[in-house]
Amino acid sequence: MSEPDYMIVGGGIVGAAIAYGLARSGERVALLDEGDVAFRAARGNFGNVWVQGKGATCPAYADLTRGAANDWAEFAEDLSTETGIDLHFRRPGAAYICFSPEDLAKRVAVLEQSNANARIKSAFEALDLADLRQRLPDVGPEVAGGTFCPDDGTANPLLLLRALIKAAKDLGARYLPHHGVTSVARDGAGYAAETTAGVVRAGRLVLAAGLGNARLAPMVGLDGPVRPVRGQIMVTEKVRSFLACGTNFIRQTLEGGCIFGESVEEVGLDDGTSLPVLRDTAQKAVAAFPLLRDVRVVRAWGALRIMTPDGVPVYQASPDGSAFVVCVHSGVTLAPFHARGFVDNLISGSLPPDRFSAFSPERFHVQTV
Amino acid sequence: MFRRFDEAAGPIVEIVVDDRRIEARLGENLAAALLAAEIEPFRTTPVSGAARMPYCMMGVCFDCLAIVDGVPNRQTCLETVRAGMVVERQNGARAPGPQNGGE
Repeated sequence: MSEPDYMIVGGGIVGAAIAYGLARSGERVALLDEGDVAFRAARGNFGNVWVQGKGATCPAYADLTRGAANDWAEFAEDLSTETGIDLHFRRPGAAYICFSPEDLAKRVAVLEQSNANARIKSAFEALDLADLRQRLPDVGPEVAGGTFCPDDGTANPLLLLRALIKAAKDLGARYLPHHGVTSVARDGAGYAAETTAGVVRAGRLVLAAGLGNARLAPMVGLDGPVRPVRGQIMVTEKVRSFLACGTNFIRQTLEGGCIFGESVEEVGLDDGTSLPVLRDTAQKAVAAFPLLRDVRVVRAWGALRIMTPDGVPVYQASPDGSAFVVCVHSGVTLAPFHARGFVDNLISGSLPPDRFSAFSPERFHVQTV
Repeated sequence: MFRRFDEAAGPIVEIVVDDRRIEARLGENLAAALLAAEIEPFRTTPVSGAARMPYCMMGVCFDCLAIVDGVPNRQTCLETVRAGMVVERQNGARAPGPQNGGE
C-alpha cells in the first residue's frame, strides 16, 4: 500500500468530514480512529446545527458558523446521494427558551451583538410567552419567552458520522479503526504516527483528535488548547411529534424521542452521569414542556465537549503547511466547512490570515513585553 | 394458536382489551394472556407503523408494548394479570401528554 498524502488523526465527525473532503478532492487519505473506547463527542451530542448566539464576541466565528449552516442543506443532499444515508437534516429554526424577562433581555442583547459585528446576517425574533406559543404551543407557564432564529437546524449525528466514513471509504480513503495514536512525529518529509496497531506514515498530518489534540499537537510543534466539559443528556421513549422546531436544550428526533440536557461541568475525563444533574435536567425539561411529565426517560449519558479557553475554534497550520490542528466543539454545525472550504486550505498548505487569524492559538499567548 | 398448559391455573378474571372483555387467569403473564386471547397485532411501531407481536417474552425486545391501565409503553411480558386490568393497543407513537384513555 502506497503512503497516503494525508493522515487524519481522529475518526469523529470532524476528522471524518475532513477525510471525506480530501478524498473527494482526489487526495489519498488514511483516517485513524481509536475505536469505540474513545471519548466520542460525535456519539454523545445533540445533533444541532446551531447558529444563534455563536460568535457573539468573535465575528469571524459567527461568520464561519453561519456560512456552514447555510451550506448544510446542499451538503446533506450531496452526502445522502453519495451514500444512500438520510442524515435527518431539517432546518425549521430553533427557539432559545428563557425562564425570566431578564434572561430574555440578556439573550436578545447577545444576539444583537452577534449580528452587529458579523458579515453574514442572521435574523432573529424576540418572543414573549404568547408569541413563543405560536411556534411551540406546549411551552409551559414558567417560561417567560425566548428568541427564535430561522437559521438553526438539526441532523442525526450518528447517521452523519456513518455517512461521512462511508463516503470517505467509497472515495478510496483508508479508514483504520482500532488505531489509537500514542504519538506523532516528523518522519523525513512527512509524518509518522505510532498507533496501537503499528506505525502509519503520510506526507501530511491533520490532528482532529478532539481532546487528544491537547496531548498530540505539541509533539509536532502545534497547539491543542482544549479541555473536557461534560454535558449530561437524557432521551425519552418515542412520543408523537409535538416540537415543531428545536430549542436550546430539548429537541425531538424524527423518530419521536426527545433529547434534552444542557449541563456544563468541569470534571476532567469522567463521562459518567450524576443524579443531581439529571434531576435538574429533567425538572427543567418538564418546566419548559409540562406534557413531558409522565414520559419516560429510556437512557441518560454523559459526553465530553471539546472546549477551547474562549469557546472559539482553533485552526492552526505548521509554518511549512504540512501539519494542521483542528479544535472545535461544533463538529455537526461546521461539517460542511470541514468537508469543503477547509479542505481547499489544507491542500493549498496555508490558512489565509484574513479568514483564520481569529482562530489562531496565538491569541492565548498574549505577553506584555 | 396458543393454549395454556394448565387450564386450571388460577381463578378466571376479566380484563378489558380495547373495550373487549376477555377472560384471563389471575396472576398469569399478561402477554401470554393476550396471546391466548388471539390479540393480533399487539401494536404498531412509532416510526414505520409496522405491526408487532411479542418476540422474546422475557423483557428484552420491547415488541409487546401496550397501554396498561393508562400507562403507555408497558412491556406486557413483564406485567401480571389483575382483575379489571384495562389494556389498550398502542398504534404508532404514544402521545406526549397525560393519557386520556388511550387513542
